[in-house]
Amino acid sequence: MTLLNDLRKGFAEFLATFGAVSIFLLRILADTPRALLRPGLIFRQVHVVGANSLVLIMMAGLFVGMVLGLQFYNTMSKFGAEQSLGPVVVLALVRELGPVVTALLFAGRAGTALASEIGLMKATEQLAGMEMMAVDPMRYVVVPRFLGAFIAMPLLTAIFNAIAILGAWAVAVQMMGMDGGQFWAPMPDNVDVYDDVLGGVMKSVFFGAAAGLLAVFEGYRAYPTAEGVSRATTRTVVVTAMSVLVLDYMLTAILI
Amino acid sequence: MADNDVLIEIRGLKYSRGSTVIFDGIDVDIRKGEVTAFMGPSGTGKTTLLRLITGQLRPDAGTIRVSGEEVAGLDRNALYDLRKRMGFLFQNGALLTDLSVFENVAFPLREHTRLPDPLIRDMVMMKLQAVGLRGTASMTPAELSGGMARRIALARAIVMDPEMIFYDEPFVGLDPISMGQIVRLIKRLNEALGLTSVVVSHDVAEISEVSDCIYLLAGGRVVARGSPQQLRESDSEWVRQFMEGLADGPVPFHYPAPEIRDDLLGEGKRA
Repeated sequence: MTLLNDLRKGFAEFLATFGAVSIFLLRILADTPRALLRPGLIFRQVHVVGANSLVLIMMAGLFVGMVLGLQFYNTMSKFGAEQSLGPVVVLALVRELGPVVTALLFAGRAGTALASEIGLMKATEQLAGMEMMAVDPMRYVVVPRFLGAFIAMPLLTAIFNAIAILGAWAVAVQMMGMDGGQFWAPMPDNVDVYDDVLGGVMKSVFFGAAAGLLAVFEGYRAYPTAEGVSRATTRTVVVTAMSVLVLDYMLTAILI
Repeated sequence: MADNDVLIEIRGLKYSRGSTVIFDGIDVDIRKGEVTAFMGPSGTGKTTLLRLITGQLRPDAGTIRVSGEEVAGLDRNALYDLRKRMGFLFQNGALLTDLSVFENVAFPLREHTRLPDPLIRDMVMMKLQAVGLRGTASMTPAELSGGMARRIALARAIVMDPEMIFYDEPFVGLDPISMGQIVRLIKRLNEALGLTSVVVSHDVAEISEVSDCIYLLAGGRVVARGSPQQLRESDSEWVRQFMEGLADGPVPFHYPAPEIRDDLLGEGKRA
């Protein structure tokens, strides 16, 4: 019975949070047109969020690409299928790994930074201070940060993918001795712009929205104490990671 | 005094947080041009009162009128319009940490006006000069001491030339020099700018120095009201305990608890 009660309570909490996030999203969307009148604030956030994550994303992209190159080369060379290595690596990256790994890294780096920044602004009464200066913190703080994450994610994903492909090329061609032409040439025929590339871009757009929304939501509703902010930061990573994986499955099912 | 001298009028204000009653029907008149202080022991809801007056909280019952407008009845835009006429000094300053001192003070001007940059610069510098910190314009809030941060916040609070200004515990945690500076600023700004000031504090000496009228709050009610002189001469035991800082009196030293003998030796003893 206790287990059943816990499950029921957990489900009720999930629904309540889901509802709160949805309402928060509606508030953000309602304030977005006015926030767009201040593009400077948004671009500043794209810069902050993007620059925060750029080195991490590039390093991760490089090593993910190198691992893919190594693994696929070893496996495929056993079947004499090295000529498919290029397209396989690109498809794996563009369709799945690029958007998902970027979103997970983004949640850990930029998402936590956003949540803790907003949480601390709340704890130090900066948000209340804005309210008292007749400046809406939703419009000045929350919406630009959400849009910053939303815009930065596809850009970071593109950078991740590009570096990862170069990483795979470096391993397969430079280290394992595969022919460069064999690596690049089959790509145009096997990678479709609409199905593969745009599908991946769409995923990264959704992940950007989810990661941005959850980070600003957790920060904005954080209990204004040190413990509250730390809890909000942790929740941002956990909830964003789970949401990205669930969304990934749903989007893949729709796009496939 | 005529009624139109009253800028903020509170009638029958009730407010509870959970099961704790913070205000149980209080009446307050804050007059134009005066410094009005609210004092009382910690936890009596002094800060809550400021938040109610400025529309950050809504009362459970009763009315709060500022310039004749009922605050709880205002929609968001009207509330923001009212707040543009208010300055609010938070306990910790609440400076925006990602902006420089200059940009912090310029913030309300940039958000609410379309003034050219040279004019904004002059206005900000004048306000910084008024609080004696023009030299810190290029610093960040992290480089300021607590007292300096509060003075910068004060410059920001007056940069829009408000009609009224609210100070939330302006003397907490300040050294005697900073405290003296803030006391002087509250008094001088009120006179020079023709402000109406509301100060929340429990520093008896400082409040007595700056205020024209003091309200003493306790147990959700106004227990005394008058000029500092009147309160000092009051024969109410409660007022005397507070004004003279006596440890025990109508406000007991001990939080309600079972008899100590029972607690240590008897049934109340915990494992």
